Amino acid sequence: MIIQTKSDIVPSEITPQEIFDDRRKFLQQAGFGLLAGATGLLSSPSFATSGNLPAQYKAGRPLLKLPNFSKSKYGAGEKLTPFEDITTYNNYYEFGTGKDEPAVHSKLFKPVPWTVSIEGQVKKNKTISIEDILKLAPLEERIYRMRCVEGWSMVIPWIGFPLAQLIKWAEPNANAKYVEFISLADTQQMPGVNLPILDWPYTEGLRMDEAMNPLTIMAVGLYGEALPNQNGAPMRLVVPWKYGFKGAKAIVKIRFTDKMPMTTWMKAGPTEYGFYANVNPQVEHPRWTQSSEKRIGAGLFAGRIKTQMFNGYAEQVGQMYAGMDLRKNF
Amino acid sequence: MPAWIYEKTFRVQWLGFVSKVPGKKLATRFRVGIFLLCLIPLLRLFWLAFHDNLTANPIEFVERSTGYWALFMLLSTLSLSPIRLLTGRSWQLQYRRMLGLFMFFYASLHVIAYLWLDYAFNWPDIIKDIAKHPYVLVGASAFMLTVPLAITSSNAMIRLLRERWKQLHRLVYVIAILGVVHFLWLVKKDLREPMLYAVILALLLAIRIYYRISKRKA
Repeated sequence: MIIQTKSDIVPSEITPQEIFDDRRKFLQQAGFGLLAGATGLLSSPSFATSGNLPAQYKAGRPLLKLPNFSKSKYGAGEKLTPFEDITTYNNYYEFGTGKDEPAVHSKLFKPVPWTVSIEGQVKKNKTISIEDILKLAPLEERIYRMRCVEGWSMVIPWIGFPLAQLIKWAEPNANAKYVEFISLADTQQMPGVNLPILDWPYTEGLRMDEAMNPLTIMAVGLYGEALPNQNGAPMRLVVPWKYGFKGAKAIVKIRFTDKMPMTTWMKAGPTEYGFYANVNPQVEHPRWTQSSEKRIGAGLFAGRIKTQMFNGYAEQVGQMYAGMDLRKNF
Repeated sequence: MPAWIYEKTFRVQWLGFVSKVPGKKLATRFRVGIFLLCLIPLLRLFWLAFHDNLTANPIEFVERSTGYWALFMLLSTLSLSPIRLLTGRSWQLQYRRMLGLFMFFYASLHVIAYLWLDYAFNWPDIIKDIAKHPYVLVGASAFMLTVPLAITSSNAMIRLLRERWKQLHRLVYVIAILGVVHFLWLVKKDLREPMLYAVILALLLAIRIYYRISKRKA
């Protein structure tokens, strides 16, 4: 039996004013997002939103405004993974460990204002705003394959600039042998950070020559627009010949060091995740097959494709690892 | 709802069902109801596939979903005896075989999804995957053990094997432990969900052990 009693509490008394206002703002952003999405559809034929996404996944459009970018030669002939898949299938534990969680839980995340601090083995410590970072170098589109250690892959049209440009501005000294990237760990905005699943903040690292390689970029956008929050807004690392977890998201700190930095996943599973984490079909992982991969967006019956050495970028990066035992340095 | 309808339907039928041994007609209705409920996870997969809504990684989604429901059916099967031990009622045991066979059904779909959708029957790759990755080996072993149980699930087989049937079907405990370990081992870092099933399984086994020990003492 349902017995209804009339509530004597007005809803606005329950919801704190600032949350109420936040929701309004979010709704406005979402409305603007629909408009932006529509213009995106007109200008780019590969913008494949099928329109059957549940409303919770429709991300509020990013607040960052990107300057113009140029096309580049990378990734010609690759079939792009749909925007919808790139933005709803994410490993971003700060917003939850489920693949669909980051798209939902990052909606109210604020990627602006944003500053990145530069420290460690540098001429002098300094900070730079995201707007000034965008002025450091011209932006270009880089279509890269992304191979996750879990055995799936995507093809993503990133927008970004070579990390080397930012490093040049940072002015590392002669002792700088490695670069460490530290992500934001904000317990207020990122619900996953409240769980001790990883050792926060998320930390990644590269050897100096890897960081300076022309393939390594800082991405600030994808599919022609600023980076959605769930993909690491406002700025993330993209190292296409390494497993996806190397790509630190929402970077707030870049530290130059003389010793190899300890990364988050090395701490979480030293036998499973190494510092180099180069895509390598010959080095087995205790959990996942690394000799083949599932391409996201290819459908239920597409099966697997062969994984390539260095994710197919061996020509550009292979020489950096000449003489190294890649089984030991996995 | 008018009170007399409630009296005639829900109160008499359903409350009566819970409190005492159900009549034959009601027991059959209940059987059909459970059967249809157990088909929902499969129908849902077809529905989602038809609407192209199996997430960005549909193969993994189908693998995960069928695996989850196999484990769910297994834990449901294993919960019927503890209910008898705790409440003294035993009528629910008549649905144990059906739930067990649904476990086998979803486990089979899980294995088919793995062999066909994921690996396209590429046997060298499949053998390598099983040999190199402990969680796959554990899962494969668990499935192998379910096959003899499914084959010997008929009344004729029970009559034929008698005491040995009982012994054989104790394998279900091994399968359950392997199944939970399979899930625990495949997860990358966030163990909360598989741990939940490990705890449920531990509880179900603990109830059995507790009653066995207290019976021996008495």
